[in-house]
Amino acid sequence: MDWQSFLAMGGYAAFVWPSYALVLIVLIANAVIPHRRERALRERIARRTTGNRR
Amino acid sequence: MNLVWFHKLGSPKYFYALALRLTPWLGGLSFVLLALGLYWGLVVAPPDYQQGESYRIIFVHVPSAWMSMFTWMFMAFCGLLVLVWRMKVAASLMRAAAPLGASFTFLALVTGSLWGKPMWGAYWVWDARLTSELILLFLYLGFMALQSAIEQREAAGRAGAVLALVGVINIPIIHFSVEWWNTLHQGATITKFDSPSMPVEMLLPLLVSAAGFMAYFATVVLKRARCDILEGQAASGWVREWATPAATDHRNP
Amino acid sequence: MGLGRAFRAMLGRDIRLAVRQRGELAQPLVFFAAVATLFPLALGPEPELLERIAPGIIWVAALLSALLPMDRMFRPDYEDGTLEQMLLSPHPASVLALAKVVAHWLVTGVPVILLAPLVALFLQLPMQALPALLATLALGTPLLSLIGAIGVALTVGLRSGGPLLALLLLPLYVPVLIFAAGAVDRAAAGLPIAGPIYLLAAMLVLALTLAPMAIAASLRISLS
Repeated sequence: MDWQSFLAMGGYAAFVWPSYALVLIVLIANAVIPHRRERALRERIARRTTGNRR
Repeated sequence: MNLVWFHKLGSPKYFYALALRLTPWLGGLSFVLLALGLYWGLVVAPPDYQQGESYRIIFVHVPSAWMSMFTWMFMAFCGLLVLVWRMKVAASLMRAAAPLGASFTFLALVTGSLWGKPMWGAYWVWDARLTSELILLFLYLGFMALQSAIEQREAAGRAGAVLALVGVINIPIIHFSVEWWNTLHQGATITKFDSPSMPVEMLLPLLVSAAGFMAYFATVVLKRARCDILEGQAASGWVREWATPAATDHRNP
Repeated sequence: MGLGRAFRAMLGRDIRLAVRQRGELAQPLVFFAAVATLFPLALGPEPELLERIAPGIIWVAALLSALLPMDRMFRPDYEDGTLEQMLLSPHPASVLALAKVVAHWLVTGVPVILLAPLVALFLQLPMQALPALLATLALGTPLLSLIGAIGVALTVGLRSGGPLLALLLLPLYVPVLIFAAGAVDRAAAGLPIAGPIYLLAAMLVLALTLAPMAIAASLRISLS
């Protein structure tokens, strides 16, 4: 199978590739956002807790 | 019947630890399934004899549409747990699922219209499924707006639970009414989305991709629920202890 | 006091309170007529066009004018503490809440039904569709009130009530709008309408049984 025809998607490249790209972007964003939020939360809680002990 | 496991799941501390252990495995599983399903759908599956290569959008469109419905049912189930047993963990899961459901609905809408363009010649056609998805998106946005409008966590969870249950009774009615409306105004739809019988070589990658979406949902909903639990329990002892490993080391040498 | 008397007492109280404020009572009616007037102004007065779109216009106008006063269903009682008293009373809150919804429908929904023939005349709705219009309004507006009451009960304690309420309720109103406007549309075309009418009736029965419980639960949550 050659890349040229795979990327062309039988003339439907303008519809197939944006669909897949958008799905991947949204899925990855949805996974990354809570990851960052949890890290920030943990840092905040840890800072507050150690602050209280001092 | 032994319900110890049920009570354990209701405890935020136990649930957090369980979610912490489960998410990496579920994340790995969803990655493998999604990679396999999408590769299979994009590369291996044969082109459709009518729609050519454009049909490959279904490997992301149909799972998104399925998950958009499933997510609301999941939220309604959590809502039941919130209202009947006042489970805080269920409220966290319900809140965590809503933005995911909205994302799936959004994806189903956009991929549906990208698929519709070559089929219908227009990006938006008042097709029965796309229309129901659009209304479902409004439901999700309403749920999220209600959650952010109520400041008190407990009240927000229970109000969301009522809305999720009202929605789960309404969604089939909305679906049915939109189907009826669609047949009333013939000519609105030219083609139905799902072909009646799908050959196995297309169905298999679709199912693998759908399983990948499901595993992805489980991963992210647990991850988001973890954040929600941390926010709600930030003042409680176990979170503080767990946040400072040094302190616990002191106590258990 | 028996449950029936409590229901009637609540109903009578709410109606008396509403009648005392006549200006507020007339607002949804004027709004209904005004929204229906906007469409011919926006689209043009050709009788064929109006005849075609009248069922939809009348129903959209009825739906919006039901939404407009919805917030008033519980808010005044929330603000002066009556709602809390109601939840503390020995009678089931769902029955008392149902009385409030019925009262609200009697003073906001029924006037719209009464005005509908006039608006239908203005919009050139075919005469044969008038019974269908009245039947769908009679079944549909109480449905709008019952579903709406759940949303109002959920948002009554919140400052950002109005826009949020509309966002919550409009998707839930879709089936009512579709079946009701569809039935009137079919009647105008001379087609049978038993199907959508029965569906609206079934939805009303379902809402009458389930909504009072949801309203009572939501009021408890909002007041907690």
